[in-house]
Amino acid sequence: MKGSQVAIQNVEKRFGDFQALKNVSLDIKKGEFYSLLGPSGCGKTTLLRIIAGFEDPTAGAVLLDGRDVVPIAANKRPVNTVFQTYALFPHLTVFENVAFPLRLRKLPGAEVSAKVEQFLELVKLPKEGKKLPAQLSGGQKQRVAIARALINEPSVLLLDEPLSALDAKLRQHMLIELDLIHDHIGITFIYVTHDQQEALSVSDRVAVMNEGEVVQVGTPFEIYESPAHPFVAHFIGETNYLSGTVTEVFRDKHVRVDFPDIGTLIVYEDKPLKAGDKVKVTVRPEKIRISLDKPASLAENMNLLQGRVDELIYSGFQSKFFVRVNEKAQFRVFRQHVKFYMDEKAISWKDEVYIWWNDNDGYVVEVGE
Amino acid sequence: MTGAVQSVLGKIKGIMNTGNKPTGKFSLSVFLVVLVFLYLPLAILILNSFNASKSMSWEGFSLRWYNELFFSPSWVSLWKTFGNSAVAALTSATAATVVGTLGAIGLYWYRFRAKKAIQIAAFMPMLIPEIIIGVSLAMLFASTKLPMSLFTVILAHTTFNIPFVLLVVMARLESFDFMIIEAAYDLGATEYQALSKVILPAVFPGIIAAFLIAVTLSLDDFVVAFFVAGPGGSTLPVYLESRLKLGIPPVINALSVVIIAGTVVLAFLSRNIVKYMFHSNK
Repeated sequence: MKGSQVAIQNVEKRFGDFQALKNVSLDIKKGEFYSLLGPSGCGKTTLLRIIAGFEDPTAGAVLLDGRDVVPIAANKRPVNTVFQTYALFPHLTVFENVAFPLRLRKLPGAEVSAKVEQFLELVKLPKEGKKLPAQLSGGQKQRVAIARALINEPSVLLLDEPLSALDAKLRQHMLIELDLIHDHIGITFIYVTHDQQEALSVSDRVAVMNEGEVVQVGTPFEIYESPAHPFVAHFIGETNYLSGTVTEVFRDKHVRVDFPDIGTLIVYEDKPLKAGDKVKVTVRPEKIRISLDKPASLAENMNLLQGRVDELIYSGFQSKFFVRVNEKAQFRVFRQHVKFYMDEKAISWKDEVYIWWNDNDGYVVEVGE
Repeated sequence: MTGAVQSVLGKIKGIMNTGNKPTGKFSLSVFLVVLVFLYLPLAILILNSFNASKSMSWEGFSLRWYNELFFSPSWVSLWKTFGNSAVAALTSATAATVVGTLGAIGLYWYRFRAKKAIQIAAFMPMLIPEIIIGVSLAMLFASTKLPMSLFTVILAHTTFNIPFVLLVVMARLESFDFMIIEAAYDLGATEYQALSKVILPAVFPGIIAAFLIAVTLSLDDFVVAFFVAGPGGSTLPVYLESRLKLGIPPVINALSVVIIAGTVVLAFLSRNIVKYMFHSNK
């Protein structure tokens, strides 16, 4: 595995009175595609800039393969950055942009040409070398920026919201390509984004950040399915969020929880709980089934509720239903349209419906007072 | 005749078609009126420079005034002052461009105390009437015992050119993506390499524009040079002013045409120089 292992140790960053990073520690493995995910202002870009060397941490250390790089200037670190605005040099051609780091090292012309060709090939721009950045589309500029950042063969590639300026379709496409490039060259990628979809789809691991702190580190699956913090549950995907009191611990890792506005439901839990604990529970909308008819037979591990469709949003591949169970409780339910829409038994606005879900799909995110 | 007029109108419309189409006749008429207002005086001047007569009445085509301008001994000192003007313009514009460009980059790039105050102080000379700049510089030179000469003119012109260079280069920096500086560092450039290989080439069109404006302002200046020019250091405007006290000889028409032609050639050249430098900067 190529690349470097990166260790962030107790890093703090203060800008005047504002604390951008609060005691952040992360371990990034060699060759990992690692995402820093969070809303704007959460400190993820500041952390990336500290790794790149554009900012010094107020306290703490950044280790590359065990060596503290904080005293090393940005232009001497074996890391390169793909910038959000691409930051291509407007006066240089695509070829010269990519060749820039090699020219600085005064490599012989033939070697430069061969290498630039190779990296333009890698980002699928073999024929655009003579163009100026102003003549390229957004996606092409992005590719040039990636080639330029990779040509020095850094041990870590930093990507600062690289796809945020592209339109949705192109973003999907570039994401797949980025993943292929990562697989191909195998170095460590640290990817900053506020888009949970991007982070989930390509990362080996994700660090979710909020207000200068790392709230959870895990694989995309862990982050999505077992959020460790209410913030993570809210920020990643859509969810239903309920507060209640544990009434009984029963079976293996399951509890009965009384929700004041809804009733008693069975919830999965992997933390030790006892009766009387106040808990916050999330249930993902896509895990809830919805139907006009009461399901004929229901396994005992299902939670069943009745409600009325408040609102319904049709979006082609799926519909979102907002189902009101009572005055205070509303559930979001997603239903995939696996059949031709007209063939499904259509549920429409104000219909009385049944919703149910497996007790494993309710997950306790927080135990509190 | 009407055909020719129509084709000229068509061409003007063509030029104006880069943006939204002018829909009515009104905008076109205003455009033509402004053109006439701007260029009719120049046309009369150019025409008169080829007039055989000393007066305004046309007496046939002649190169008499050009001949006098270039070869008459009574106008030799004009060429000396023209040389002074050229030297002052090029030197002061170069100096002002260097100082102003570095200043603009510094003012833009670095965060420091009193930045706003320094910025205002730097732009102030642009707002102060030239006569005050002229008088104050003359007093400064006198008090420092610096003899008035062409050198003092160059110093004075450099001084009043700096704010203009600052302004033009800073305007260019407005549209400048500062991330490219970080990108340069990120890719291994030293501070000097970032300046010489990225920042300067990227702002180069702005620097050229600033330099040309500085040259023009210096050539154009009469008031400041009037106060600070010493013996043998007179610039063309100062010299002309002294010659024109007794009316305007037709030779001046010829000189004006030469200057206009020179300006057009310079403007055209600079455009191509910028284009060339922009595309072949390897």
